[in-house]
Amino acid sequence: MAAPISVLTKELRENPRLADIDVYIAQGGYKTVEKVLKSMTPEDIVNEVKNSGLKGRGGAGFATGMKWGLCAERFPLYLCVNGDESEPGSFKDRLLLEGNPHRVIEGMIITCFALKINLGYLYMRGEFFQIIDQMEACLKQTKAHGFLGKDILGTGFDLELYPQAGAGAYICGEETGLIESLEGNRPYPRLKPPFFPAAIGLWGQPTIVNNVETMAQVERILDMGAEAYKQIGSADSTGPRLFGMCGHVKKPGIYEYDSTVTIRELIYDVAGGIPGDRKLKGVIPGGISAPILTPLEIDVPAEFGAMGKIGTMGGTGGMIVMDETTSIVDALLNASSFARHESCGQCTPCREGVPWMNDILRRIKEGKGRSEDLELLLDICVQIHGRTVCVFGQAPGVWPVRTMIVKYWPEFKACIDQKRLVVLPVDESYLKPDQYEFVPPVPGNFRLKPEAVAAAGG
Amino acid sequence: MALEFSPEARKRADEILSRYPQDRKKSAVVPLLHLAQEEWGYVTPEAMVCVADMIGCSPVKVAEIATFYPMYNKQPVGKYEIHVCHTLPCALTGCAEVLGYLSEKLGLQPGETGEDKRFTLKKIECLAACDRGPVMLVNKTLYTNLTPEKIDDILKSLE
Repeated sequence: MAAPISVLTKELRENPRLADIDVYIAQGGYKTVEKVLKSMTPEDIVNEVKNSGLKGRGGAGFATGMKWGLCAERFPLYLCVNGDESEPGSFKDRLLLEGNPHRVIEGMIITCFALKINLGYLYMRGEFFQIIDQMEACLKQTKAHGFLGKDILGTGFDLELYPQAGAGAYICGEETGLIESLEGNRPYPRLKPPFFPAAIGLWGQPTIVNNVETMAQVERILDMGAEAYKQIGSADSTGPRLFGMCGHVKKPGIYEYDSTVTIRELIYDVAGGIPGDRKLKGVIPGGISAPILTPLEIDVPAEFGAMGKIGTMGGTGGMIVMDETTSIVDALLNASSFARHESCGQCTPCREGVPWMNDILRRIKEGKGRSEDLELLLDICVQIHGRTVCVFGQAPGVWPVRTMIVKYWPEFKACIDQKRLVVLPVDESYLKPDQYEFVPPVPGNFRLKPEAVAAAGG
Repeated sequence: MALEFSPEARKRADEILSRYPQDRKKSAVVPLLHLAQEEWGYVTPEAMVCVADMIGCSPVKVAEIATFYPMYNKQPVGKYEIHVCHTLPCALTGCAEVLGYLSEKLGLQPGETGEDKRFTLKKIECLAACDRGPVMLVNKTLYTNLTPEKIDDILKSLE
């Protein structure tokens, strides 16, 4: 069993007052910024982050160093840090923003120095009222202490960082939606390729959009060095991870482990197992978009690569655990209602298809499901997938629908046949992994094997 | 009659506007609409005109933004706006009971505002506090691990 680590969370668990810059500095804060600005070149920093193997913590797991490397040197460049944490089941950025805001700011200063950026924004979801007020105060403290502003620490480097509040739209967590929001437009994501934000971003200039936790990780990498950082975790997924355990677990919360910990260990050892020692029905392993795992699929390490191989994703590391009393039909209806509410409406397949699927799922739950409904749902998934500007249509829109229907086919089928909401005995509610197949590379692209459909009664 | 921010709000607005390059003031539209909502309780067409004047764009551009985001109220709401999270993690930990309890206690269905304008009850999507569900936001304050007893205490504290 993997052991807990405390690279990211040590200070914030020990000291509740880290938002006070004097407390933060007294325990070693801003030393990394000082070291980096005074003794490293921007190239050194980029190489260090590349060498660390850091994968972005926003959900997609894209290599941070590579993203930085793609940034065009067409000045001015901008930094946008994504704190629009709204993916259901994800609550790690809240922990960092609430508990250790200055570490996030330090990561931002280092990132801006590395990429020769002089202006950056920290975009936080509007419902984070207390966090936004605190962050505004923190940024003022940071400036008063000379870590922001003109000629920082006498190095000639100028930087201004500002907070920006959202106003309740999940789509602003999509990086180009965030940029549009920050520009004061309706936050409709931009078509890409050909131009990613690293080429054309905020106000038409090259822009790096990184997650809040990624910024904290950058500070850790530059403090400890890429070599030491790489020793944590596996070659595929380096560094500490924050796993958020919620739903039916005895000890919900954020836990810091490396990526070699398995989903089973996270549920049963780390989070204490399921209340009443009931049986597991399934776990959504990285925010609501991450395709669900049945109890037969949880002996997998929480690495980005290993999760991708079995058709799901590491995502945000936020895990929603569901016990045997859970109706998967109801759980999917809930996930689908979220997607319906948050679809921005720009693309027709998502704007029309997601609510259509939601209506079908509601009638199945209410005992009015039709025999063709499951095939219809899977067909709508095909019609949405890849036909929208951003991944929203497929990530929260399609992946949960397709995966839950395929893996929990018997339970959906029972609801339709019996014309009521049925929660099957847990072992009968899902198929065995050899009854469906994952067609890589897109997460959630599961297909039933025909013999399984026949066995389940068509 | 044209609306104008109070001197304090105007000062705050100027500080917000200073965060963006000179020719990019439109970026302030989201924070300025928040400010307008704080100032007048909800966002009226007149408030949209006021914000449009400040950032130098047409009112319809501001309306486009104000009508997109769910956090802006276009109608008056109660003194206390209660948002109960109903997304999956909170659903698994009992948000339906919380919503039902509040609904009965306040005599309001989700989406309604009481005649005395004290409370507005709403459902909201995930508030990113999933380890402490069920959760709700009352104006700017997050309340977690809700039970009927806890809700009674919270409501009492709002009297």
